[in-house]
Amino acid sequence: MKKLVITGLFIAIAIAVFLSPFASSHPDGLEKVAEDKNFLQAAEEKEIIKAPVPDYSMPGIKNKTIAGSVAGLIGTIIVFCIAYGIGIFLKKKATSKVKGQTSK
Amino acid sequence: MHIPDGFLDTKTWMALTAISGTAIAVSLKQTGKTLGEKQIPMMGITAAFIFAAQMLNFPIAGGTSGHFMGGVLAAILLGPFTAILIMTTVLIVQCLIFQDGGVTALGASIFNMGIIGAFVGYYIYVILNKIIKGSKSIFINAFIASWLSIILAAAACSVELSISGTVPLKTSLIAMTGVHAIIGIGEGLITIAVLSFIKKVRPDLLELRHE
Repeated sequence: MKKLVITGLFIAIAIAVFLSPFASSHPDGLEKVAEDKNFLQAAEEKEIIKAPVPDYSMPGIKNKTIAGSVAGLIGTIIVFCIAYGIGIFLKKKATSKVKGQTSK
Repeated sequence: MHIPDGFLDTKTWMALTAISGTAIAVSLKQTGKTLGEKQIPMMGITAAFIFAAQMLNFPIAGGTSGHFMGGVLAAILLGPFTAILIMTTVLIVQCLIFQDGGVTALGASIFNMGIIGAFVGYYIYVILNKIIKGSKSIFINAFIASWLSIILAAAACSVELSISGTVPLKTSLIAMTGVHAIIGIGEGLITIAVLSFIKKVRPDLLELRHE
């Protein structure tokens, strides 16, 4: 189990840190369609929030490649912790419910 | 396919937020009932992998790129309800930390990539498994289901954009499904690559849901 977590997380982090610099910077499918069909401007200046790490680039790091890799590393770890946490929380809740029922 | 703020009008994003909110509540309940001990770390790993893989935009024709979505993969590994939770986690982090997708469109993105992409995509896979059988069938079926999941998510996105009055339905439907039919090939290939890797190194992980 421990080995699984370490290996799995290692693979995800390796992708986010070492492969993300090679990602294409072309617009994605939706963005390209919005450009071609003239509705990209609908999103201009419409952001509700200012995210701390916009566009997967860590602010304050001059080297864009490193800024992207750091952003990827942070994001991967945060996502891992939240999803793992949801799992632990749901399991705990389910176990306490079962215990509650048997004690009645 | 992360929709930014401004593409959807208020009635559309509010309705989709309500639908996705309900789906998340149901998914939490269902996952709580069925979650096995081994599946808990797999939730974290799968979500982390999907987040990382979504960063890898691959170029397709015409100055456009696409990236992996991972809905069908998550659902094959952990079930359709848990997959909705995984996609939701990834989308919320992308939106709130990386400005990828708007806050108002978060419900729409969860609908498109979680409910359509993962949940509906998974049941396409289940139906295909009843039709196409054989030793390699899970890979063929996973490819078709994940390819279709991208096209269906793109179609759902087009419908939302047209209901919002952003772009006429026919225009966006043709353009969106066309581009995503190509991106979907990448989705299918990555999905079967990951499944065959897992089958080779840890085949037990493909059987978690049947234990």
